[in-house]
Amino acid sequence: MQHDDLLPRDTPVQLIDPEGRTVTDERYPMPDADTLLRAYRGLVEGRRINDQANALVRQGRLAVYPSSHGQEACQVAASLVLDEDDWLFPTYRDSVAVIARGVRPSDAMVLLKGDWHSGYDPHEHRVAPQATPLATQLLHAVGFAQAAKHRGEDTVVLALCGDGATSEGDFHEAMNFAAVFHVPVVFFVQNNEFAISVPLSRQTAAPSLAHKAIGYGMPGQRVDGNDVAAVLSVLGEAVERARAGGGPSLVEAHTYRMQAHTNADDDTRYREREEVQAWVARDPLTRLRAHLTDAGALDDAAEEALAAGAEEIAAALRDALNADSELDPEDLFRFVTAERSPQLEEQWRVLQGEIERAHADDSASVTAGGHR
Amino acid sequence: MTLAPHDSDVDLHRHVVGTMTMAAALNRALADAIQDDPDVVVFGEDVGALGGVFRITDGLTERFGEDRCFDTPLAESGIIGTAVGMAMNGLRPVVEMQFDAFALPAFEQVVSHVAKLANRTRGAVRMPLVIRIPFGGGIGGVEHHCDSSEAYYAHTPGLTVVAPSTPQDAYSLLRAAIASPDPVIFLEPKKLYWSKGEVDASITAEIGTARVAREGTDVTVLAYAAMVPVALEAAEIAAGEGRSVQVIDVRSLSPFDDATVTAAVRATGRAVVVAEAPGYASVASEIQARVFERCFEFLEAPVRRVTGFDTPFAPPKLEHWYLPDADRVLDAIDSLHWEDCDDERSGR
Repeated sequence: MQHDDLLPRDTPVQLIDPEGRTVTDERYPMPDADTLLRAYRGLVEGRRINDQANALVRQGRLAVYPSSHGQEACQVAASLVLDEDDWLFPTYRDSVAVIARGVRPSDAMVLLKGDWHSGYDPHEHRVAPQATPLATQLLHAVGFAQAAKHRGEDTVVLALCGDGATSEGDFHEAMNFAAVFHVPVVFFVQNNEFAISVPLSRQTAAPSLAHKAIGYGMPGQRVDGNDVAAVLSVLGEAVERARAGGGPSLVEAHTYRMQAHTNADDDTRYREREEVQAWVARDPLTRLRAHLTDAGALDDAAEEALAAGAEEIAAALRDALNADSELDPEDLFRFVTAERSPQLEEQWRVLQGEIERAHADDSASVTAGGHR
Repeated sequence: MTLAPHDSDVDLHRHVVGTMTMAAALNRALADAIQDDPDVVVFGEDVGALGGVFRITDGLTERFGEDRCFDTPLAESGIIGTAVGMAMNGLRPVVEMQFDAFALPAFEQVVSHVAKLANRTRGAVRMPLVIRIPFGGGIGGVEHHCDSSEAYYAHTPGLTVVAPSTPQDAYSLLRAAIASPDPVIFLEPKKLYWSKGEVDASITAEIGTARVAREGTDVTVLAYAAMVPVALEAAEIAAGEGRSVQVIDVRSLSPFDDATVTAAVRATGRAVVVAEAPGYASVASEIQARVFERCFEFLEAPVRRVTGFDTPFAPPKLEHWYLPDADRVLDAIDSLHWEDCDDERSGR
């Protein structure tokens, strides 16, 4: 491969402009109408899930929620470009992508609800647990792809991270291992301009994050992360290249975190409202809606049906999180190792005694008229 | 020269009892595991053509191919992080960290993922991987080449930590580690790589069990890895002085064999713990605490520790002052209040 082929473009690939107009590109084709409609459904549902999760934090049903509001095009495309047997390695901000992959919304929220550290079997939907430490999951994705290649399978692994994670050592090691071993991994960086409060300019002095790819000997490309058509096209090409044995690549999506890092964050301390406001005009959802409406592919009735579907998902999530969980404290000891050690068995018996005494005290206080 | 037997000898040699170095026993264990299980892959730095800086992987690439034993880029977090992904996808990676201190760049992967993924996923994902780490001093190594980092790993829930002291245990425990559904930190005492002993490949060792290395009735010395020969030397000298010293090779640092250790110390009534790592907040301290908690009523004297000093590991020309030796172990044994109970024990 020529060096020029490894370099990204000077400006991000765009297929639909912020007003919804088609932009013709000589290399990246516009996805077909069906795919765009599926993507639009994903955007509507993803936005609704983000809104619902934020509301559940305010109601105390979720401990915290890192919202992907504004990044839904990346989230939806990350799921749509993968085949059934492919794998996704997501981060904590990628709940919408995880759900788009088929994981039940309430299962995806188990970590944030506080019931357990992850709420789904990774093998069921081929989605790794959402990683909280930055960039560590990129190496897992590479190793996973190495194992698939070892067995001669054509699995592609899509590894997600943000702009902040590109500063971590594991990002470098993952890119390097993937390129050296020529494994079928696509690294998809959602550059949303902020790592909590720290802007991109403090993460890198590179012309773009996609420019890092050439340093590892893999292709890098930049895409308008709020244009789902462009993300589908660019990411789709990278996935198919990997599947065909063309090795890893890096795609950087230029997007924006419209809300604070989490509900515990105060983004007024580090960015101007005008800056956030400017990105409203580039919203991925309104852009695709305009495009599809102009093309006659979307009307009010279809919009209503999609909104109703998204509302059902939100209602199911609400109901699941409003129900109090029945948690078993013995779970603390169940999964540490395949077989429980004598030490953990002993510690569980101690806790079990405490629990029994606490129950006995509760019963006694009820009998005594509720005084404790 | 290759330590691995030629293909034609393999089956003939599978259960042979022979004398070999610990390095050769480890090599044999890796070769047998690769041969027995198509999912076993061995990788790390210099493990291919070179056969590892200690030659533990000697001949494996040549014999089994690049698919089964290969060199990686020089990046420890990358080695262990990719091993995690491979384990998620059905392989059994056995990775080599070149030296103890060079395993530290991978610490986040070990603590945050290797140790926790099974728990995080409620057992849906298992981490059957082995991290081999040459550890400890006594070989005249310069800084960063002689650390004893077992406490970091043993402190981490989810990790199994073992450290053999004989070629037989090196073979049997490595086979058990590779077969384990859980992640194992396999600590190899560098100083004992060239020590020799009998190895029977048909003998299995159960992780989580200690081994009585020498019978004795007056005092129990608890040691692991390179300190086991030191304890045995002390026991031999003590025997000449009329004192019967039992030596237990702890060998499984986590999980710990409380049953064997407790029964042993209750029987002798005295205990010394020997380890070369700094003593503060160490595995030796943990063993000492466990013995106190379980044996207090049976003890004739406080449980003593003989450990490395709470300093960074010594430079090569000072390490003989740093490392516990038989004299230090004998001094500790001598301090176990023998006078106080000479009368009550005089019948023995």
